[in-house]
Amino acid sequence: MPATGAFSLIWVLIALPLAGAAILLLGGRRTNSWGPYLGVLTVVGSAALAIWMWLEMMGLPAEQRTIEQSAYRWVFAGGLSVDMAFQLDQLSMVFVLLITIVGALIHVYSLGYMEHDLDRRKFFGFLNLFVAAMLLLVLANNYLLLYVGWEGVGLASYLLIGFWQVKPSAAAAAKKAFIINRVGDVGLGIAVMVIFVTFGSVTFTDVFSSVDEANEGTLTAIGLLLLLAACGKSAQFPLQAWLLDAMEGPTPVSALIHAATMVTAGVYLIVRSNAIYDRAVWAATAVVVVGLITVFMGAIIGSAKDDIKKSLAGSTMSQIGYMITAAGLGPIGYVFAIFHLLTHGVFKAGLFLGAGSVMHGMNDEVNMRRYGALRKVMAITTATFFICYLAIIGIPPFAGFWSKDEIIHAAFERGPVIGALLVLAAGITGFYMSRMVAMTFFGKARWEDDAHPHESKLVMTIPLIILAIGAIGLGMALLFWGNIETWLEPVTGFATAPSPLTTAATIGISLAFVVVGAAIGWIMYARREVPVTAPRGSVLTRAARRDLYGDDVNEVLVVRPTYWLSRVLIWFDRSWVDGFVNGCADLVGGISGRLRRYQSGFARSYALSMVGGAVVIVVALVLVRLS
Amino acid sequence: MNPGNYILLSAVLFSIGAIGVLVRRNAIVVFMCVELMLNAANLAFVSFARMNGNLDGQTVAFFVMVVAAAEVVVGLAIIVQIFRTRSSASIDEPNLLKY
Repeated sequence: MPATGAFSLIWVLIALPLAGAAILLLGGRRTNSWGPYLGVLTVVGSAALAIWMWLEMMGLPAEQRTIEQSAYRWVFAGGLSVDMAFQLDQLSMVFVLLITIVGALIHVYSLGYMEHDLDRRKFFGFLNLFVAAMLLLVLANNYLLLYVGWEGVGLASYLLIGFWQVKPSAAAAAKKAFIINRVGDVGLGIAVMVIFVTFGSVTFTDVFSSVDEANEGTLTAIGLLLLLAACGKSAQFPLQAWLLDAMEGPTPVSALIHAATMVTAGVYLIVRSNAIYDRAVWAATAVVVVGLITVFMGAIIGSAKDDIKKSLAGSTMSQIGYMITAAGLGPIGYVFAIFHLLTHGVFKAGLFLGAGSVMHGMNDEVNMRRYGALRKVMAITTATFFICYLAIIGIPPFAGFWSKDEIIHAAFERGPVIGALLVLAAGITGFYMSRMVAMTFFGKARWEDDAHPHESKLVMTIPLIILAIGAIGLGMALLFWGNIETWLEPVTGFATAPSPLTTAATIGISLAFVVVGAAIGWIMYARREVPVTAPRGSVLTRAARRDLYGDDVNEVLVVRPTYWLSRVLIWFDRSWVDGFVNGCADLVGGISGRLRRYQSGFARSYALSMVGGAVVIVVALVLVRLS
Repeated sequence: MNPGNYILLSAVLFSIGAIGVLVRRNAIVVFMCVELMLNAANLAFVSFARMNGNLDGQTVAFFVMVVAAAEVVVGLAIIVQIFRTRSSASIDEPNLLKY
C-alpha cells in the first residue's frame, strides 16, 4: 500500500535523528550547551511519530499493513535498479517502536549519566547517528539499503565503543568490534550479490515472491551467508569475541547498542529473510546450531565474570542465542524470536541502565566483588533491577517468562533435544542472574574505602522505572492484548506443530530448572561470604573468565596465520619486488656513472672525439665504396 | 692545371687545421685553425664545382663563408670574455662544465 497520511512521514523517522547527528557533529563546540537536549528531542520526536504510525496501523486491516514509500531512484546500473525506498510493515513497526522508545529512554538517561563528560555533545551526536542507521536498517525495503543501515550501525557502534578513546583498551575494543563485524559484513555483501544474480532484484517483495523459482542450493548458500552476517552483528558463535570487549563503551551505549537493538539486527535479518530459510532447510538447521552453541557459551561466560557489564554481555549473547535458535526453527519460531527480542530489548536495557546507575554511584567500579548490600542505598535501582532480573530468568508473570517459554515450547515442537538444551540454559540463566543480583545488592558491603554509593538522579531513575514497568507488563501485553502471533503472521508466517509436552508441562519443567538454578545462585552468593579477590575457581570458571578462549582461538586460527603470511609477503616484497626495481635503478645508475666521466670539460678532448668519429665514418664510407 | 691538385691542397690544409685544433692550447690559434679547416672545405667545394662544370659547389662555398663570418663573431666574443675573466686564452683552463 502506498504511503498516505501518517505514513507519508516514514522518511522523517530516519531524517530526525540523522539531522540531529549532523547538527551535533558538524556544529562543533557552538552546540555544546544545547546539543544534548536537541539529541534527546530528535529521538523523542521519532518515538512520538512511531507511536502515531503504530496507532494508525492498528486501524488498518491486516493485508493493508505493509506500507511502501519510495523517496527516489538510488542506484541504477545495468540490470540493477534500487530505490531509496522504505517498507513499514508489522515487523518493521515493532522494531521501530523498540528502537525509538528504548532509544529515547536511554537518551534521557544519558543526560544524567554523561553529565560530567566533556564530550557530551559528541556522544549524543553518535547516539543519534546510531538511531538513524538502525531505523534505516529496519525500514529498508531492499537488501542493499539494509546493508547501508547495517554498516551505519557498525560505524556508530565503533565510534561509541571507542568513545573514551584515551583509554587504549577502549580503542582496541572498538577496533576489535569493527574488524570482527567486517567478517560478517562481507557475508552480507556477498549474500546481496548472490541474491541479485539469482533473483535479478534486491527488493524484499520481489525476492520473496520468486523464492520458489530458485534452486535449493543457491538458497542454502544465501541462507548461510546471511547467517554469517547475523553472527557478526549479533555476536553469535564463532564471531562472538567482540561483544565482551565492547563493554568498554559508556554504559548507555552498552544498553542501547550492545543489548537492546543493534545486536538483535542479526535476528531481524534472519526473520526478515524467512522465505529463504523456509526453503533452505540446511541453512535453517545451521542457524539453530549456532544459536544453541551461543546460548551456552554466553550463559557460561556470564556465570563466571566478576565485571557486572561483562556478565550482562554474556547474558546478552545467551539471550540472542535463544532468539537465533527460535529464528532457525522456521514458522513455529519466527514470531517468538521477535517476541523475545522485544521483551529482551526492554528488560536487558533496564538491567544495563541499572548497572550503569550502580557504577555511577560507585565511582565507576564494575567489579561485583566490590559491591554488596547496595539495596540499602539505591532503592529505586535495586527495585527496577530486581524486576528486570525476574523478567530475564522467566518468572511469571514478568515479560521474559512469556517470550522465553514460547521459544522453549516451539523448540520442543521441533525436537526434544533442542527443547531440553534450552531448558537447561534457562536454569543457567537463573543461576548467573541470581549471582549478579546477590553479589550487587545483597550480602555484606565490600565497597572500596572511598566509595560513597548513592541513588542516581531522577533523570536516570525515571527511564529505569519505565523500563521496569515494561519488564513487568510487556510480555502479557504483547501476547494477550497485542496478539503478537496474528500481528506478525502476515510477514513471518506462523505455524504450530504437535509437541511431545503439553504447555503446562513445558512451563513446569522450565520453571523448575530456573528455580533450581536461581536457588543455587542465591545460596552460593547471598548466604555465603563473597571473597573480595576472586578464588582460583574450577577449570570451567577459569575458561569462562577468559571468554571460553574465544580470543585465543582467534589468535591461533586467524591472527597468527595472517601475521606470518604478511611477514612472508613483506619479505617477498622487500627482497624480490624491491630487489628487482632497485636492481634496475642501480644498473642504470652505475652505467651512467661511468659514462659521465667522458664529459671531462676539456674542449680538445671533445674535438679529438669528433675527429676520431669523422675519421671512422670516412674510413667506413671508403671501405664500403671499395668493396 | 689538374683540379686534383687543388683537392690535394685542400686535404692538406684541412689536416693542418685539424691537427692545429687538437694540439694547440691558445684559443685564438685554435680558432684560426678552425677557419683554416673551413676554408680548406671551401677550396674543395670550388674545385669540385670546377671539375663537375656546374655552380653547386660555388653556391655552397658562399654559404660556408656566411656561416664562418657568423661563427667568427660569436667565437671571438666568447674568447674575449674568457680572456677578460681568466687573463688567459688557454682553451684547457675553462673546464667547469663537466660531470
